[in-house]
Amino acid sequence: MDFITIVQILESTLRLAAPLLLACLAGLFSERAGIFDIGLEGKMLIAAFAAGAFAAFTGSAWIGLAAGITASLALALVHGLASITFRGNQLISGVAINFLAAGLTALVGNHWFRQGGQTPALPQDARFGALHWPLAETIGALPLLGPVYGRLVSGHSLLLYLAFAAVPLTWWVLFRTRFGLRLRAVGENPAAVDTAGISVTLQRYWAVMICGLLCGIAGAYLSTAASASFNTNMTAGKGFIALAALIFAKWRPYPAMWACLLFGLLEAIGIRYQSIAVPGIGVIPVQLMQALPYILTVVILAGFVGKATPPRAGGEPYVKER
Amino acid sequence: MTRLPRWADLALIPALNLALAFLVAGLVVIYIGESPLRALRIMIEGSLGSAYAWGFTLYYATSFIFTGLAVAIAFHARLFNIGGEGQALVAGVGVALVCLSVDWAHWALALPVAILGAAVFGAAWAAIPAWLQATRGSHVVITTIMFNFIASALTVYLLVNVMRVPGSMAPETASFPPGAALPTGREMLGWVGIAFPRAPVNISLFLALICAAGLWVLLWRTRLGYEIRAFGQSDTAARYAGIPAVRIIMIVMLISGGLAGLMAINTVRGEGRRRVLDPVQGAGFVGIAVALMGRSHPVGVVLAALLFGILYQGGSELEFEMPAITREMILVIQALVILFTGALENMVRMPVERLFARLRQRRA
Repeated sequence: MDFITIVQILESTLRLAAPLLLACLAGLFSERAGIFDIGLEGKMLIAAFAAGAFAAFTGSAWIGLAAGITASLALALVHGLASITFRGNQLISGVAINFLAAGLTALVGNHWFRQGGQTPALPQDARFGALHWPLAETIGALPLLGPVYGRLVSGHSLLLYLAFAAVPLTWWVLFRTRFGLRLRAVGENPAAVDTAGISVTLQRYWAVMICGLLCGIAGAYLSTAASASFNTNMTAGKGFIALAALIFAKWRPYPAMWACLLFGLLEAIGIRYQSIAVPGIGVIPVQLMQALPYILTVVILAGFVGKATPPRAGGEPYVKER
Repeated sequence: MTRLPRWADLALIPALNLALAFLVAGLVVIYIGESPLRALRIMIEGSLGSAYAWGFTLYYATSFIFTGLAVAIAFHARLFNIGGEGQALVAGVGVALVCLSVDWAHWALALPVAILGAAVFGAAWAAIPAWLQATRGSHVVITTIMFNFIASALTVYLLVNVMRVPGSMAPETASFPPGAALPTGREMLGWVGIAFPRAPVNISLFLALICAAGLWVLLWRTRLGYEIRAFGQSDTAARYAGIPAVRIIMIVMLISGGLAGLMAINTVRGEGRRRVLDPVQGAGFVGIAVALMGRSHPVGVVLAALLFGILYQGGSELEFEMPAITREMILVIQALVILFTGALENMVRMPVERLFARLRQRRA
């Protein structure tokens, strides 16, 4: 394996990790506030569809992004209504949201475009194209440093940079602001927050809506940055990998980034090599690479390699004492 | 809050929830520019209008009874087994192994072994999440989701690399020997002299109904069933009463996985007669909707499974007659049923409870 191959794999790792990271941070906000969210997949999917469709209608990637976020927020609101206002089962609500998105995107997509659920291919200026950093050409010509700067640092879409910038931002919001303290508190001990005169309901709605916002960006990334149209079931389980990464990272922002990069790397290797011969072990089939994120998550959940403890009030509807 | 009368709890609230789900689904159909009433007529005629249609509706319903019961028994212990899909995938491998192992002389000989193969493989796939929940406290919902994906990767690997017919490109096993073929509805009704068209419904429908009856006996007529329901009501109280949590979680999840696995008898052995790439087709997830709608009661599960059988068969007819409405309409309806009967249940229940409380006050 030569140097340029490694750079290429890392480049594709970044691109595959970005949507995972956005969805993972989305889940982080929601679950830290005590609202389990297995509907990340559905919100991403409907956002990818809305972004692809509206970018095709208007020719503007930005309007596409706004549409994607709006669609994702709508489903987040449903999740909020079900799990906060009506104190329903958060997991069941998530399952419903995933099916709703899978059904609606295919149905409405076929109704709008008659292309079997696909959206029309977007022209270059209706997408989030690659941003070229200053001196990318000059430095890019250098050996070693060139490919690293030209391919890893420069040359990605705006949304990818946004995904990685969201990591320190999330950390800062959660651990350095009053809002974040309250958000984490409603996920650990909502009764205490309530006693302090802060609305648990409002705080949890905020978390769920931030989750919707980030899932919306993740979906828009898929259809308007990573590719040039929406395909049926485009997310293909990415929402669940993001959920796995969230648990793998034990609900913390920076480890979430590393987990998403790891899972992105596994996917990148799986795409590049159908099977890998490891000296002394034998051939690793591609299916094992695909299953590895899930296997690792189960191992982490089992607590054999450090215990993953979810927020204490997670999954529990809060009932105010009367 | 005052408690609702039994009829309102068992019939009125599910009916209102279902009506809401279909109302919203109807609005979606109107948005697509078709008439919801015409769509409903096509679906009902396409699923119940002929013996042939019934043959498909009951075939789908059979799978949904198995997966619905699987989710239902777990719900009774307040466990959410979302892994029916993966358990059924793995069970399909078990059924294929049994059916291909010997040249079966008669279907009835192969049936108990195939049932065992399906149930053991399905239960085995539920065993690890169950054990992790029981002893390590790992959330069974997350682990069963992960095990769905692992099952998918594992069975694809097995089909492509191990079980595929040598020289064939298709990722599926060899066809089962004729002796392993289950009697279809056509054959069974032929025994009593009734003509029935060629349709995939087969003898496993009766197996599903036996399982439903067996589950009822287990839950409400045995000591174990009492312990399961007690554990589901309050695990701390159950523990205090000397009911071991680990044992209940393990038993419930193994039964649940086994039931989900049994659907492979219907699809892999009954219909496909070989193990294809995805013989489950989302039926594991339909089980969630079926169990919610059927209130986790075996009778309710059978009725809800029939309703979803009608939806699935009617939905494919709908796609045929109304090209604007694709097959995914079924997913939308399924999602709305899960949403309104599951997650948003209180949206209907709270006002109904208030209404009944007011009525009672006026009477008093």
